[in-house]
Amino acid sequence: MIMSATVTIRIQEADFDIAREIAALTQGRTDIGAVVSFSGVCRDSEGSEPIAALTLEHYPGMAEAEIGRHAETAMSRWPLTGLTVIHRVGRITPGENIVLVLTASAHRQAAFEAAEFLMDYLKANAPFWKSEESAEGKSWIEAREHDDAAAARWTKS
Amino acid sequence: MKVKYFAWVRERIGKAEETIEPPAEVRTVGDLIGWLARRGETYAYAFETPRVIRAAIDHAHVKSDAMISGAREIAFFPPMTGG
Repeated sequence: MIMSATVTIRIQEADFDIAREIAALTQGRTDIGAVVSFSGVCRDSEGSEPIAALTLEHYPGMAEAEIGRHAETAMSRWPLTGLTVIHRVGRITPGENIVLVLTASAHRQAAFEAAEFLMDYLKANAPFWKSEESAEGKSWIEAREHDDAAAARWTKS
Repeated sequence: MKVKYFAWVRERIGKAEETIEPPAEVRTVGDLIGWLARRGETYAYAFETPRVIRAAIDHAHVKSDAMISGAREIAFFPPMTGG
């Protein structure tokens, strides 16, 4: 029996419930042997500077399209039964969730690799921008070359 | 065509989006950045370092040599910090 893949991509202000999202990704299937979950969480400092909050801005329309392209690539490169990407936007305080990536597969290697690929690509290419609130006021967080390098290592040679 | 600005590009220009009609000799994204930069001080400030400006045409990333003709929506923004 061929089952269709479950790809879920959401951009939302509200927090997400990781257990509920895992249940949604796996329900009704008994061919999944591995579920990998990554969640990005807001820290209380950026560099050495304590922060009160992050605000995530995004490009509506393009953010969904870009993550959709990453998801399509992941689905074609690894044998996944499905994946979920949820990215929050708006004001987020330390300790709160920012982003969730879930991957599911028959075996763990595909699930681990695809999850890492999705996070590396999302960090380098998804149109979101973080600003931080600190004692100094509000300022934009600068992109790091490290993220572009991490995404580049997935390019097949 | 519609042009959208995000993050500090939007803050420096003072607007999130506008409709523009660049002349025919503005052919590429790089040309467009130069044309926009000459519109006024706020634009010059936003585009003062063209190599850090990223662009998208119709919701897909493009490089500065991409042609703009036929584009419905062009967006300019700083390097991204999502995830």
